[in-house]
Amino acid sequence: MTKKKSKNISKGLTLHFLPYSEIAKLNSLERIKKLLKLVLNQKVVILQGVLKPEEETRLIEDTMIMIGNIKGFKGVELAVISQDPEETSVFQKMKSKLASALVGHQGALTIIGPASIVKEMKKDPKKLEVMMR
Amino acid sequence: MKILTNFTKRIFSLFFKQKKEISLGFYGPPNAGKTSLTNRICKDWTGEEIGSVSNVPHETRHVQFKEEVEINYKENHLKFKLIDTPGIATKIDYEDFIKHKMKKKQAQKRAKEATQGIVEAIRWLEDVDAVVIVLDATQNPYSQVNITIVGNLIARKIPVLIVANKIDLRKADVKKIEAAFPEYEVVGISAKKGKNMDEFYESIFKLAKKA
Repeated sequence: MTKKKSKNISKGLTLHFLPYSEIAKLNSLERIKKLLKLVLNQKVVILQGVLKPEEETRLIEDTMIMIGNIKGFKGVELAVISQDPEETSVFQKMKSKLASALVGHQGALTIIGPASIVKEMKKDPKKLEVMMR
Repeated sequence: MKILTNFTKRIFSLFFKQKKEISLGFYGPPNAGKTSLTNRICKDWTGEEIGSVSNVPHETRHVQFKEEVEINYKENHLKFKLIDTPGIATKIDYEDFIKHKMKKKQAQKRAKEATQGIVEAIRWLEDVDAVVIVLDATQNPYSQVNITIVGNLIARKIPVLIVANKIDLRKADVKKIEAAFPEYEVVGISAKKGKNMDEFYESIFKLAKKA
């Protein structure tokens, strides 16, 4: 009697670490293109550092345009974690983020994953929970 | 003496002249109650509504605005252009709309319009004088979308008022929103029930002074 081969192949998850040095010399459009290319390849990107506020909105804009044009693409999940004290407010975080964006802040991590893999990133001042599909 | 007084008045009005109409944007995540709030304001001061509301996310898929909304509250009088924007999100899945009993084609159409609406909302950031960020007081305020919106407004030096909506619900936690945004004035309201609108209008005039 032959054994049936199991069809339940477990899907792998690729975490792609992107050092800040790899995007430091790129302009905003090139940065976003690079990040979205990795996400489209079903990778969860862990970027050392943060994007500028206008880059974040541009990332959302480009993501929305891609949802309409790339089959199966549902968008991204995005979160930033930093070394700020627990009680730091959003405003203080934004101020330090604005300042650090100019010098390529490397004490923070930006996590971007495809929404088809990452169900949700729940954030509060003390922790970040990443829920997978 | 009269000539001098008139001259002073003219100079004063030249420097302190208020804007004819303040463009006030309403931003926030989907289903926070942006349209409910703009409807409430429009109903209060013009008798008309601005758009439809629904429990299904992304009901507002185009920027909708109402011009010349004159708010007369206590001693204050100002004209606003109210700009109600689609909720900003980083993902749209048409299958989420199917869960709300929509047919596949209808859900796909809604998803496509929602993505276009988000792009439109972001582009409108260029044209606002001040922004009211509407948050659902029953939800976690620390979402990346909220942080991205606030970050952009700080970078553009646009004055902000934060509204913690849905305070009529038991799960509402205005203090959590205040803790997340201590540098901003946070007003807890219920746009649906018209709760605490007096404090909201007072805050709107404070915001307008910064614009």
